[in-house]
This record gives sequence, structure tokens and C-alpha cells, in this order.
Amino acid sequence: MVATAYDRERVFAWLEEVKDPEVPVLSVVELGVVRDAVVDADGAVTVTVTPTYSGCPAIRVIEESIHDTLLAKGVLRVTVQTVFTPAWTTDWIPETARAKLEAYGIAPPGLAHTSDELVPLRRAGTGPRCPFCKSANTALRSEFGSTACKALWVCAECTQPFEEFKAI
Amino acid sequence: MSSLPLFSALLRLADDRLVLGHRTSEWCGHGPILEEDIALANLALDQIGQANHLLTYAATVEKASRDEDALAYFRDAIEYRNALLCELPNGDFGVTIVRQFLYGVYSVLQWDALSKSKDGTLAGIAAKSLKEARYHVRHAGEWVIRLGDGTDESHRRAQVAVDTLWPYTGELFMQPADEAELVADGITADVSLLELAWEVQVADVLRRATLTAPETAWMQRGGREGKHTEHLGHLLAEMQIVARSHPDAKW
Repeated sequence: MVATAYDRERVFAWLEEVKDPEVPVLSVVELGVVRDAVVDADGAVTVTVTPTYSGCPAIRVIEESIHDTLLAKGVLRVTVQTVFTPAWTTDWIPETARAKLEAYGIAPPGLAHTSDELVPLRRAGTGPRCPFCKSANTALRSEFGSTACKALWVCAECTQPFEEFKAI
Repeated sequence: MSSLPLFSALLRLADDRLVLGHRTSEWCGHGPILEEDIALANLALDQIGQANHLLTYAATVEKASRDEDALAYFRDAIEYRNALLCELPNGDFGVTIVRQFLYGVYSVLQWDALSKSKDGTLAGIAAKSLKEARYHVRHAGEWVIRLGDGTDESHRRAQVAVDTLWPYTGELFMQPADEAELVADGITADVSLLELAWEVQVADVLRRATLTAPETAWMQRGGREGKHTEHLGHLLAEMQIVARSHPDAKW
């Protein structure tokens, strides 16, 4: 039996190469989708993932990419398992990744919070700043965008429509 | 304890979301404006995704070597356990939105209760779904206010929608007898206990929308026992045709 040439840290470094297919500027680690990776004595790797949105069609692609990427790195056996607890939140996305999102043209999420009021008459808080001209003078166009995780905004300064990664 | 009651309870949860999600998806490409078309598709995606998680879990509980796809595509209408409210046709945009709101408030309350379940898997699915259900009901609720307190025509249609759907809301709160042990064990939540909170939330939004709830006491029922309207059969025919025409196909 040979000593395993990789550990948990190395596996996480490899997983940084797996990008979200719908937001290719973020890795699945930065996104918080990868919750854990366990390397056993035989070198088999079990990666634990949690879905972003229940209906996110990208989760299958992400699982396949994790599997294929680790096999390509020489891992002999890869298992990807899903957990629901704790429920995924955008609060897990680190500052460095938020900066990448903004540079890519997607406003990063604010802090996730839940209001006690089910249907508030006025929305609490301020909107995201425009990722293009950085103006705070922005307006929500629709809470739903091109993917489940994004909302549609428009900048009143530079008139540029842009997407925001929704805080959840 | 037999796992059958849990399986039945999971089917009731899943079938509501699957059938309503499919209904909502029928708007794809037909929304009144592009943003709303996208919004409804997003809601449908979340609801079908929640159903997918629940059916996957139901399949492992049942241990009958059928998976979530078999449960979705190879059960007939009589085996579906969704509430009748979820299977009614979309009607106009007013009916679609008012149903989304009436069911959405129920869904938030139910997920909130189930997120405290002693069954870890169910609690996890519920905690995740709760976040989604909250913005579903916010979106639908804002529309209910806009339509009800809008033009004469939008108010008239929204009120017709409330009157049409109201007799189908009572079934949501009829607690199935076979769930008593699960409720006692803290696995599932007694839906009859959600009714009061639902009434308060719904009344608040209807009032702001200048709409009124009808004073009917008569409530339709049957979906939870597999006795459905004719509409479910048509819905399933469309939803299941590809899977049944090409069993075990991979794509």
C-alpha cells in the first residue's frame, strides 16, 4: 500500500478549479457549495456538497465536474454526497469572491436577513451599487433574473442594467 | 414504527409542490411581461426542485426500488396526494397569482414548522425551502395588492380569483388521520394548527388589496385521498408523456 499523495487541503485546492457553470468567475468552494472533503486511507475522496437553490439546474453539472476534476488529478475513487443542513446562504461567500463577482459585472449579495413581515409594503435596506459606475442610485427591476440566484437591477446614473447575486 | 405513514406524508408535501410547480411552468413563454415570465419560471423551478428533494427522500423511505423519477412520472392521478388547489387550471394572471399567494402563505408556515422536525433530512429540506417560499409569497403578495388595489378591471378579476379559489383552501388544513403518530413524535407538523396564522396573514394582504374573502363555509376536498378533479389527469398526461413513451431513456 502506498501513502496517499494528497490530503484534504490539496483536494480543496483542486476543487478551486471547478467553477459554477452559471457564474464561471466563482469556484464551487468560494460559492459555499462544497461543505467538506474527506480523504480516506485508501485515497478515496468523499466530497459533501449542498445545493444553492432547490431547483438549481447547475447542481448536477457541478457534481459531475467535481467528480471528473478529481479523477483527472489522479484520485482513484470519488463520491459526491448531498446534505441540506445547514441550508446554503450567500453569507458564506468570502470578500475576495465578492470582489470577483463585482469585477465580472454582477453585484455581490448583501447580508441575508429575514423580515418577520411576509409581504412588506416597503422593502427594507438599500440596493446594491452599480458594478459598472459604482453609483448607489440603482432600482430593482425584477427580483428574478436569468438564473435562480440573481435579481435584475438597473443603474439610474449610467443606465446600465445589471444583475445582483441575491442574498438568501 | 412502519415507514408507510412517513412515505404518505412526504408524498402529500411533494405532490403539492410538483403539481403547482408544473402548473406555474405552463406560464413559461406566456407571461404578461418578460420580467414576470422569468419570475414565474423561477418559482416553478424552486417548487419542482423542492418536490424532487422530497420524492428522493420518499423513495429511500419506501424502499420499494423506485426512484424519484418513477414516483413523479409513473404514478396515476389516483395515486397523487396533492391538494385540489394545486391542480386547478391557471385561469388568468389574477387566478395564477392569487393561488400562488394563498398557497404560498401556507407553504411558508408549513416549511417553518417542518424545519423543526426531529427527522434531520426533512428538517433540512424544509429549512432550505422556507427561504425560497418566503420570496415566493412576497412576490405573489405584492402582485395581489397591485391587482386588487389597481384598476377596476384588475380589482374585479382579482376578486373573482379569490372567490373561485377560496373553497379549495380548507383542504390544506385537514390533518390526515394516518399522521397522528408522526406528529406526536415531532416528525411532521399538524397542518390544522397552521390555519389561524394563515388566516391572519391572508386577511392582512387582502385588506391592503381592497379584496374580501367570501363568507363560504363549504370547502372542497378529495386530493389528499386521491380523489381529484379532471384537471389533474390532463396535467399528468402532459407531464408524464415523454417519460412513459421512452421508459429508462437517458438524456
